[in-house]
Amino acid sequence: MKRHGAGSLVFLSLVLLFMYLPIFVVVIYSFNDNPSRIPTAFTGWTTQWYAQLFTGRGGYADALWLSLRVALWSVAASCVVGTLGAVGMARKAGRASKLDSVMETGLTLPIMIPEIILGLAFMVVFNALGLRGNDLRLVLAHTTFCIPYVFLNVKSRLVGMDASVFDAARDLGASPARVLRDITLPLISPAIFSGAFLALAMSLDDFVISFFVYGVGEGTLPIKIYSSVKVGVSTQVNALCTLIIAAVFTIAALSRYAGALRRARQRRLNPGPNAVPAAARH
Amino acid sequence: MDATKRDQRFSWLLKLPVYLWTLAFVFVALLYVLGLSFLSRGEVIGVGGEWTLDNYARLGDPSYLRVLMQSLRLAVVTTLICAAVGYPFGYLTARLGRTARSVVLLLLIVPFWTNALIRIYGWRILLMSNGPLNNLLLALGSISEPLKLLYTDGAVLLGMVYALVPFMILPAFSTVDKLDFSVVEAARDLGAGPLYAFLTVTVPLTLSGLAAGCVLVFIPSMGLFFLNDLLGGSKTVLAGGLIQQLINSRDLPMASALSVLMLSITGAVIVVYRRLGGTSDMMF
Repeated sequence: MKRHGAGSLVFLSLVLLFMYLPIFVVVIYSFNDNPSRIPTAFTGWTTQWYAQLFTGRGGYADALWLSLRVALWSVAASCVVGTLGAVGMARKAGRASKLDSVMETGLTLPIMIPEIILGLAFMVVFNALGLRGNDLRLVLAHTTFCIPYVFLNVKSRLVGMDASVFDAARDLGASPARVLRDITLPLISPAIFSGAFLALAMSLDDFVISFFVYGVGEGTLPIKIYSSVKVGVSTQVNALCTLIIAAVFTIAALSRYAGALRRARQRRLNPGPNAVPAAARH
Repeated sequence: MDATKRDQRFSWLLKLPVYLWTLAFVFVALLYVLGLSFLSRGEVIGVGGEWTLDNYARLGDPSYLRVLMQSLRLAVVTTLICAAVGYPFGYLTARLGRTARSVVLLLLIVPFWTNALIRIYGWRILLMSNGPLNNLLLALGSISEPLKLLYTDGAVLLGMVYALVPFMILPAFSTVDKLDFSVVEAARDLGAGPLYAFLTVTVPLTLSGLAAGCVLVFIPSMGLFFLNDLLGGSKTVLAGGLIQQLINSRDLPMASALSVLMLSITGAVIVVYRRLGGTSDMMF
């Protein structure tokens, strides 16, 4: 059934090559001995740019620290606000009120519209409010576009769940707060985690919104990278980007491996719904 | 107290933070931009001043109009190329055997999750007049002097397609993956050729993925201003870049008017997408 001609394999490989070409270039140039801002040629292997990066002279460590700080606060805030909101709105799944659907559209807008518009909006509003602290400006902006990832993940998990569990707990006398703590939260925690993971990635990755929201200074890691490469090529950025790519690859591989392990274990413990009718047929 | 009442009060309590947050940071913030777009340059909302439609009138100026048309055309061309490359890629990946498929998916995650800035930066090195690509072509003897690759319209288009094609591949892959291929086999059994079955059965049944991909590519393609900075020349200014320039020159009302226009285009695209039966679940 799954036959592929040589043509389609060539196509897949070519597209993948296209995607990886610039990534390879950055990785190779990160080991290039040539210190010129516009490297003309590959003059030899070196690891000195990595060493420079770790001494913290380029200011990249500060930028990374700011990025991490902002990401952690934003993810924490968006998990609380997004999860509670999704639980609150999913309660009466049958009849979503007009207000709920307006609010839902509103809260998902930040990930639908071009980022530059949100960046401009935050910039003018924060300036009008006289909000000066960079950390606070960034956290407020990032939380706003992180909330939808948590909210949508939790909501889709709640929609797929059997509401009678909650009704049973209520009928047996548990208070709404107790149902939330002892039943709902444990059931939706995988969805909160996957939403938080997405939100974390989006926060660390964001350039456009941070660029407009950020005041004076060196900025988050993506802003710092942008200002270093706008004028030419930066040897330290090559090393930094290589490390980022390596980190992304490691996390991706690990999470796929963990997912495969979990699915295999589930299959062993619980043959799944398809197994029963198949056995009954024999 | 009545149990239903108590439940209702409790869910209101849960919803309150997200309601307030959305109100303040989405609705009020966007309305503020709308308000700003009706002011003249240098004025501040609430500090007197006259409301004006000047900024919107200026959108009709030939210089602005040219930028807008250029940027719309680029967005459309980018979307078409991404569809032409990304849909077949997603389709073929979904039809691969289990091992090959998980390898391809793993390989896709890296470009998908690595910052577009970093990936575009790689192209910048690659396309420089004394960069690897030119050196290779020179060494092969296909050219006698370095080509101007960087700072061209072609480079911007390449960067756009490159940055956004993953957003076409993933929805295309997931709809093809969910498709029950026995319907395609039925069409084949009934005498349809492979191409005919693909075009009349597979494509219509996976149209939702293609549509979601188009939306996911088209909308950001209007705002990627940094692409212009890194790969494009100063000749071509795109809507996103224009907004950035206007912000830099402190003409915030004009930047707001452009943003409102861009927001309306985004809204129109999403409305059309919903009308055609698209759901927002497909948007990841």
